Amino acid sequence: MSPSGLLSTRGLTRRFGGIRAVDGLDLDVEAGSITGLIGPNGAGKSTAFHLVAGLLRPDAGEIWFDGRRIDGLPAHERARRGLVRSFQVPRELAALSVLDNLLVAAPARRGERLLPAIVSLGRVLAEEAPHRRRAEAILELTGLASHADAPAGRLSGGQKKLLELARTLMAGPRLALLDEPGAGVNPALMARIVETIRARNQEGTTFLVIEHDMDLVMSLCHRVIVMAEGRVIAAGTPDEVQRDPLVLDAYLGGPA
Amino acid sequence: MLEYAIAIVTFTAIYAVVALGLNLQWGETGLVNLGQVGFMAIGAYTSALLALAGWPFWFAIPAAAAAAGASSVLLVAVTPRLREDYLAIVTLGFSEAIRLVLLNEAWIGGGARGLVDLPQPLRGVVPDGAYTAAYAALTVAALAVTGWVFSRITRAPIGRLLRAVREDEVVPQAVGKSVLRLKAQAFVLGAAAAGLGGSLYVHYLRYIAPEMFTAQVSVFVLVAVLAAGGGSHARTVLGAVVVAVILEGTRFLKDYLPGIDGVQLAALRLMVIGAALVALCLWRPEAMARREAP
Repeated sequence: MSPSGLLSTRGLTRRFGGIRAVDGLDLDVEAGSITGLIGPNGAGKSTAFHLVAGLLRPDAGEIWFDGRRIDGLPAHERARRGLVRSFQVPRELAALSVLDNLLVAAPARRGERLLPAIVSLGRVLAEEAPHRRRAEAILELTGLASHADAPAGRLSGGQKKLLELARTLMAGPRLALLDEPGAGVNPALMARIVETIRARNQEGTTFLVIEHDMDLVMSLCHRVIVMAEGRVIAAGTPDEVQRDPLVLDAYLGGPA
Repeated sequence: MLEYAIAIVTFTAIYAVVALGLNLQWGETGLVNLGQVGFMAIGAYTSALLALAGWPFWFAIPAAAAAAGASSVLLVAVTPRLREDYLAIVTLGFSEAIRLVLLNEAWIGGGARGLVDLPQPLRGVVPDGAYTAAYAALTVAALAVTGWVFSRITRAPIGRLLRAVREDEVVPQAVGKSVLRLKAQAFVLGAAAAGLGGSLYVHYLRYIAPEMFTAQVSVFVLVAVLAAGGGSHARTVLGAVVVAVILEGTRFLKDYLPGIDGVQLAALRLMVIGAALVALCLWRPEAMARREAP
């Protein structure tokens, strides 16, 4: 029987040598939520993201997305089903324009196949128009519109973080996995990121966000999941989690 | 002199077709391929053997491109995760393996002696006096078709995805694109262009032998693509013009350079190409490795 969340993991495990980076992780992300994933450094959050997105293979466990098991699928098939991740260290396509960075993420269309591109280039390019408009709207939303034609490599560090978010949204995710979207970003850009996530969430996109900035997590997230040593140690509303003694222990280095 | 110019046009167009193939793989998609000559050989032997067996050229030449493209699928299948220097080694080894098989398996194409008196397309259709010009026109037409097809691909959304693979293949994968499919498509099309070029080359010379397909040819093509800086089809053709003129256009120099015979001139040509490669590495290192380290 499939778990009830939009995304659920059961017993997810990944070892690196003798270390269990993720150790029997049971994660549940409710559809429509903004869920925070927090935990001390080395808790296994990023590894969990890699496993869920398909960049790493689990040693054991199951991953369910929208009622189907996806742990056997390659990464791009998971993304195609609506499970799209951003990267903690921005991976912009440096030589491509900012707009092209977004258009790369547009949903599959005829122009991505060889034969239509060769035989009916005009039609294929005309079909790009709505995607271009959507990309421009997302650039507007993320405040990158004035850089649309600049090579992405020339953006500032903070702008590259916004580009990560913009590209993730462009892919039309049902669940966006954001890995520290606000790390190293100045307050003005940070506000832009929060605003963008909220706006998209209102339109129905579910978010799972790794974040270290507790103020941000507490103000943005509906639910918070706390990881330590590769597993979930607490989950609930931001208030509940903040008062949980186990969480305080994990963060303050109490007895394991 | 006119015959000479026609010959240069023919060689240039053939080099340009092969270089466009490498540009699609390397310049656009970031797939290092130092074995383009291997695909030329596969295409050349395919159409030579088909033509000798009596097949018409409208079949034999496309079959040459198809065979070269198909053989590259095998290469992609065994190297899905290889990039950069490792892919360079594999492709170089692949092309040498092809040449050695052709050299030692004499039942395929006569071994080291090769095959002579290859049939020629359009022979008998155009008058003998105009034949070389007609053949030059055929190679230019092949170049035009290749350039047209490739430029449409690179202008379409798929071209953007190929460039995305070049920049950072994790990104297209993370947004739902099959990177393996994209790499395979670029590799197959680039290899098919090499096969087409190889086929046009041997039917022009009416002769085929493994010695024509040494790694040195891959380097010539590489220099053409590097000179263009990667990415632009038009500039790649220009790069091929430069290389072909250095290789073929300097034959007459021996009449003007006292004390240099044909053999020495051939060596001199290689030195010029080698110097050009070194110069490109010094002045355009970004063309050699345009991506930043991951």
